[in-house]
Amino acid sequence: MLLVPCPHCGPRDETEFKYGGQAGIAHPADPESLTDAEWLDYLFLRDNPKGPWRERWVHTAGCRRWFDVTRDTLTNEFGDIGG
Amino acid sequence: MTGSRLPDGGTGIDRGDPRAFDFEGTVVSGFAGDTVASALLANGIDVVGRSIYHDRPRGVFSAGPEEPNALVQVRWASGISEPMLPATTVPVEDVLEVRNLAGRGRLEPAEPGTDTGRFDARYAPCEVRVIGAGVSGRRAASNARTADPGARVLLIDSDPAAAGDEVRRGMTALGIYDHGYVTAVERCPAPATEGRLWHIRAGRIVIATGATERPIIFADDDRPGVMLAGAAATYVERYGVRPGERAVIFTNNDTTDAVTATLRGAGTEVVAIVDARRGDLIVGTMGDDAGRLTGIRITRAHGRPDAGADGDDPETIEADLLLVSGGWNPNVALWAHARGTLRFDERIAAFVPDRAGPHGRIEVVGAAAGEVEGLGDIGPTWVVPPPGPATDAAWSTHYVDLGRDSTVQDLQRALGAGLESIEHVKRYTTIGTGIDQGRTSGVVTSAIAAAILGQDVGAIGVPTFRPPTVPVSFAQLAARNRGALADPIRVTPSHPWHEANGAVFEDVGQWKRPHHFPQAGESVDDAVLRECRAARTSVAMMDATTLGKIDLQGPDVGAFLDRVYTNTFSSLKVGSCRYGLMCRADGMVFDDGVTSRLADDRFHMTTTTGNAAAVLDHLEEWLQTEWPDLRVHATSVTEQWATVAVVGPRSRDVVAALAPSLDVSDAAFPFMTWRDAVIAGTLGRAFRISFSGELAYELNVPTWHGLALWEAVLAAGATFGITPYGTQAMHVLRAEKGYPIIGQETDGTVTPQDLGMAWAVSTKKDFIGRRSHRRLDAQRPDRKQLVGLLPTDPRIVLPEGTQLVAPDADLRVTPVPMLGHVTSSYDSAALGRSFALALVKGGRERIGQTVLAPLIDRVVEAVIADSVLFDPENRRRDGEPQP
Repeated sequence: MLLVPCPHCGPRDETEFKYGGQAGIAHPADPESLTDAEWLDYLFLRDNPKGPWRERWVHTAGCRRWFDVTRDTLTNEFGDIGG
Repeated sequence: MTGSRLPDGGTGIDRGDPRAFDFEGTVVSGFAGDTVASALLANGIDVVGRSIYHDRPRGVFSAGPEEPNALVQVRWASGISEPMLPATTVPVEDVLEVRNLAGRGRLEPAEPGTDTGRFDARYAPCEVRVIGAGVSGRRAASNARTADPGARVLLIDSDPAAAGDEVRRGMTALGIYDHGYVTAVERCPAPATEGRLWHIRAGRIVIATGATERPIIFADDDRPGVMLAGAAATYVERYGVRPGERAVIFTNNDTTDAVTATLRGAGTEVVAIVDARRGDLIVGTMGDDAGRLTGIRITRAHGRPDAGADGDDPETIEADLLLVSGGWNPNVALWAHARGTLRFDERIAAFVPDRAGPHGRIEVVGAAAGEVEGLGDIGPTWVVPPPGPATDAAWSTHYVDLGRDSTVQDLQRALGAGLESIEHVKRYTTIGTGIDQGRTSGVVTSAIAAAILGQDVGAIGVPTFRPPTVPVSFAQLAARNRGALADPIRVTPSHPWHEANGAVFEDVGQWKRPHHFPQAGESVDDAVLRECRAARTSVAMMDATTLGKIDLQGPDVGAFLDRVYTNTFSSLKVGSCRYGLMCRADGMVFDDGVTSRLADDRFHMTTTTGNAAAVLDHLEEWLQTEWPDLRVHATSVTEQWATVAVVGPRSRDVVAALAPSLDVSDAAFPFMTWRDAVIAGTLGRAFRISFSGELAYELNVPTWHGLALWEAVLAAGATFGITPYGTQAMHVLRAEKGYPIIGQETDGTVTPQDLGMAWAVSTKKDFIGRRSHRRLDAQRPDRKQLVGLLPTDPRIVLPEGTQLVAPDADLRVTPVPMLGHVTSSYDSAALGRSFALALVKGGRERIGQTVLAPLIDRVVEAVIADSVLFDPENRRRDGEPQP
């Protein structure tokens, strides 16, 4: 079980959190201007790197705040917190 | 092998505390401190079981958790029967009865009330966790305590009699996971609990788990009487048990020197030391009728002074005990769990932790790190070829994994079949999949595979180690989270009334909801028909407390709801309610419910019962991550309000009686509005909304008054014969009106348009998921659409989930093209017949057409209809229509 670094509450067991996938996927400002392919890209397509990446968590059983954090997908070590 | 108890000695037993247990009908005596295995050996019981596939007699092979042979079913003193335990780790103190197993354990079916096993769990953070309380482990713990006297240092050992101070004994680490998370199981003396599962978060972990001896493989190496050398010394020193009278030692290292001395000290005659490093080899064994070891066959190296006259011809030596040592494997499983890598160390001929990797949190010390004491110059002997021609069959009794009955022949077959990865070899041969997890067979297997493939052992590697290190029961993993504690049970304030009045409950998420209220002698179907009839003809009541409720406050709530719902809420007037549909960004229906405007800056949202938490999550996610500029607070108030639905043409009379100060006239309190009201003496809210198509109200009061409200409604409705109804009648009533239930009619692939609810989708504003409705796929004319379905035979209630096919479909040619499926199906009092809702490809174009519903034993015809089958003009919404 991961020890997830909540920026507001400190490190807590993973069971207190929900995972939010890749960070930094903004809802398009004007969805209607997008092609079907562009919209599909927003909805479904995500990176899947081996190594560090930015991801989202929400501390559902704690402060209920969303935050971004860097995690190495190979070692599960967390890095920069914030966002 | 003729084991016996020595007249004195045995550091681990208390000769003043005799114990006994039943083994296969024989009373076996021992002392406190014995294991089942040491007691069996002390009583001269040498055959402890038969092998899983080949039915060969087997004896005690080891003195620890690596035991592959002596697997037993144990009835603990607590009465619990547990299968597949190594007799070498079971203390006699806790045992009533032991049975041997032919490799297969059995869970004993528990009679009701007899499952008295109690298991516990505990959470324990610590700064330093040391696993293994041998010399190295104790030193590491001591150093950690000295370095930081305030540090919580947890030193554990699986041995219940481990030496040292401040050791948590009888506690076995099961696995190491991410970020210092370690699980361990502690066997506890009954009757307090059977065992305790520890969840430990450690800042630093020291692995001091020692090393395990491994055998050398030769023909007929599995007889009772063949034992790991170090185990024999353990039986003598710790348990005061002499495992045999005439012993031969077969070794390739120096650790057997001490064993020889120990055995001789115990009066065992060591008749030969066969040292593979000198070229001497054991090529086979002999046994008596019961399979017990009676002698061994040796070939001596040529050219040595003591070589037999007949050169390579095997020499025979009588013996009842054969002690084998093929070297020692550092116990690296826990290191490997933490993704630590291994390298093959020629110096000790074993895999050791490759500590170059980035594992600052975890260190390995002592024998587990490869520092095996007394090994000397180990010889690279892993396996002895069969005497005579080395045909395939000649390897058929070279047992590599005793627990799985796997031989060198099996290994050759795997490699011959082209399986070169050791992971594939493991799965093909099942070597290493027994309860000992290949502790004695794993590295030997890799070495033999390497020899056959002509590669280095290090290049072959070992199969991945995975938790748990020892078998652990599901009951232990569940610990206290069983029965009522497995999952929270949520009940409404009226629950005691439901129970007292015979409600049959169903689980909706964590909620207990009345499914129906049967009267004496009434079937489910009869009860539901009666409850529905009451709602359509007079008045009925339902506990709707479980509906999710979210209080939304802030100046931007209206704008926020416009983005969250497919329809518009910012224009809703204070005092009014509106039905809303919610989609995810992919355009699929996510939830629905009625939301009311309490004030300019305050709304009361309701959600489906099962989705309440998910909807709140959804709202918070969008507020926090996309629209932090919107000034909105969302708070769950599900638990704050108790809700009773009063439904039916006489409901207005009931509400009028309950709330005398409320003007219930249609003009003052019209459909889809809400009013503050004193209801049954309590300030609450009345909503005029309907999930049945009838005149209906939902009365909310603070939860504390929920039961009082329920009883007040019952009393106020008594003159009209008010009828409590459950979720099943609710489902029928709403289905007659074609109202979908999110999660029953929908499955995450259904759009509002598919449900025929385009009327609830705004074309004037953006909302979550809107763009998805414009995708080509969302506009296919053959998407599944919600329709009604009337079986031609009105008595037939189709099973929900039934697939639907075209009337001309050839059912003999599979796959039969599917048109859709039944989502809801009931008998209806109002319609006087059965009916269903279904999702059907292009369904709205097919209204009036016949489809087939193939069931297991027959094919049923049904006609597609509009999804609204009852009162399509909504004439009943304001009460019984005037003729």
